[in-house]
Amino acid sequence: MANTADSNVTKTVGKLLAVVVGMFAFVFVVMVPLYDVLCEQLGLNGKTGGRYEYVEAGVDSSREIKVQFVASNNEGMPWEFRPTVTMIKVNPGAATDTVFYAKNPQPENMVAQAVPSISPSRAAEYFHKTECFCFNQQPLAGGEETEMALQFIVDQDLPADIKTITLSYTLFDVTDRVDSDAVVSR
Amino acid sequence: MAHGPAKGLSRWLLTTNHKDIGTLYLWFSFTMFLLGGFFAMIIRAELFQPGLQLVEPEFFNQMTTMHGLVMVFGAIMPSFVGLANWMIPMMIGAPDMALPRMNNWSFWILPPTFLMLASTLFMEGGAPNFGWTFYAPLSTTYAPSTVTYFIFGVHLMGLSSIMGSINIIATVVNMRAPGMTYMKMPMFVWTWLITAFLLVAVMPVLAGLVTMMLMDVHFGTSFFSAAGGGDPVLFQHIFWFFGHPEVYIIILPGFGVVSQIIPTFSRKPLFGYDSMVYATASIAFLSFIVWAHHMYTVGMPIAGELFFMYATMLIAVPTGVKVFNWITTMWRGSLTFETPMLFAIGFVFLFTIGGFTGVMLALAPADFQYHDSYFVVAHFHYVMVAGAVFSMTAAVYYWLPKWTGKMYNESMGKAQFWVSFVGFNLTFFPQHFVGLAGMPRRIPDYALQFTDFNMMSSIGAFIYGASQLFFLFNVIRTIIAGEPVNRDKVWEGAEGLEWTVSSPPPYHTFTTPPPVK
Ligand code: HEM
Ligand SMILES: [Cu+2]
Repeated sequence: MANTADSNVTKTVGKLLAVVVGMFAFVFVVMVPLYDVLCEQLGLNGKTGGRYEYVEAGVDSSREIKVQFVASNNEGMPWEFRPTVTMIKVNPGAATDTVFYAKNPQPENMVAQAVPSISPSRAAEYFHKTECFCFNQQPLAGGEETEMALQFIVDQDLPADIKTITLSYTLFDVTDRVDSDAVVSR
Repeated sequence: MAHGPAKGLSRWLLTTNHKDIGTLYLWFSFTMFLLGGFFAMIIRAELFQPGLQLVEPEFFNQMTTMHGLVMVFGAIMPSFVGLANWMIPMMIGAPDMALPRMNNWSFWILPPTFLMLASTLFMEGGAPNFGWTFYAPLSTTYAPSTVTYFIFGVHLMGLSSIMGSINIIATVVNMRAPGMTYMKMPMFVWTWLITAFLLVAVMPVLAGLVTMMLMDVHFGTSFFSAAGGGDPVLFQHIFWFFGHPEVYIIILPGFGVVSQIIPTFSRKPLFGYDSMVYATASIAFLSFIVWAHHMYTVGMPIAGELFFMYATMLIAVPTGVKVFNWITTMWRGSLTFETPMLFAIGFVFLFTIGGFTGVMLALAPADFQYHDSYFVVAHFHYVMVAGAVFSMTAAVYYWLPKWTGKMYNESMGKAQFWVSFVGFNLTFFPQHFVGLAGMPRRIPDYALQFTDFNMMSSIGAFIYGASQLFFLFNVIRTIIAGEPVNRDKVWEGAEGLEWTVSSPPPYHTFTTPPPVK
């Protein structure tokens, strides 16, 4: 009698421990990846996808979309950072190039990472970047300046009511996360 | 098996007796309640007038954070675990908890944990200052160095809660006396069983969350940092996936207590027992799909706003079922208003107000205005103080004569109720108004037009705080010099196995299972 009660308790505890371990793992292996996938699929947070493989699909010259560029520094980031043109009118389907200007005014070498965001967020899935400085970290030696390339295509399927898309970049200082000397001297 | 308790300090350090451990939990949580209350007094003293008079803004932030953490994790949660330890074995006719040794551990983890958390106040950098919700990046990139202690502390508290709830589930599932079917269990046991499942499900999520923080802070990952490809909004999703079930973890045992007390003093069985069980279970289930009502303003798509809005409003339905059942239980009962009953009725009344403001906050378009204002503060204090704390106070008055075999002073109890009731409402009712008028939460200073209401709040808070010392006095007086009750069934209308044993109960109860009708 006492023994069966004990073994029942052990069984219950075993099951509950499995739930505990399962829920702990759930956070890492389900919630985090699921969040990223959902955000990307739905364009939430204006998150844009990674590199886009160009497919020849013709240019829709019947309409023009205004694409505006915004650049800002995250708190404490000392770089000069701005788009060289602030607005371009493009036809959906046409690949367009532009550059952003960045300068490291500090004496030290630094590494930056730009994080893009699109608004309205509904437009995110129709905005394709075939080339972007945000795909890589940008190292700059002290005092160095550079122009950083962006090539994008607005999808022909962009909903008709979206006439203006704003692409904004926030520049983060990631020097501490990488070995900046190694990156700059590369 | 030993017959009586061991002597001296080792009795408490080494005890595996559910009553001893219950007592330890109750005293510990009351100590934490006073500590958290002390922090609240500092907050209210600073907010008595506009401008900065008593404390630095940085310290003020530490106070709001520590107040929230200590009250939620140190006072309310352990107090109900203590109650569960004392009452569940006696209510289901079990000799003890299923895992007595683990029980000892889950208690003794807590005092060092909170000592460590409190000691951060005296460390360089100060205590955690990022709010009890510890949103990243405040708690990662901008955190004080003591954040590591905080993370470790949360891990330990989580461990304690998980062990405690596994123990409760194992006890209820396996140790009920023959004949005590699930649908005969007292409501308090039911609500705790469901609470324990919630705890087992979401405490690991909290642990995972603080583990991610730890990795972001010390090991260079970027779960919550946009610079490295992470996202601070992810933090909020995970936090509230834990956080909303957590608020039900706090309130469900209170529902159980009130469901015991109201029938006793109405001298009628609980109305709609079955529906109470199902309502509790549905509240627990729904609590997993409403978390983003705390995040309406982060920029969710409209479909998300609508989903979380309707799901949240849906919770009001089973909650309403419970409220109506309590009221119907009282309907045409032969009511008497002893102190536990006063607190229970106060609970029903004030919790319902908190439920209403909850539904107001659940409306996504309106919440853009209310979010992070004092209106939210008023809402959650109506449900947590007038909900959880009032029900806990009711429970102490209700079972104290059983635990000690002595009667508390009824007039003092009633006086404490009325002083608490007035103090509580004076503190928190005006906060609805300043909140609607735009006063943000968690700030040490405010615009002049909010002065009068804030003064009222502060005075109310001092009154409410004083009434807790009065409560402590009454309890200690009872233990030392209360009138012996000399009967098993302390309250004539009470039902249940705990009233079939003597008052105070012997150290070991139900070593042979009692007959269950
Ligand atoms: C009908 C039931 C309820 C509804 C509809 C509801 C709804 C809400 C909503 C929408 C918010 C977010 C407000 C904002 O930040 O803008 C909120 C906040 C909160 N609620 Fe409730 N609630 C309910 C019951 C409860 C209960 C029973 C508790 C706990 C015992 C509780 C505790 C809290 C807490 C602690 C917060 C604030 C969290 C924070 O930001 O610090 N609520 N509630
Ligand atoms: Cu919630």
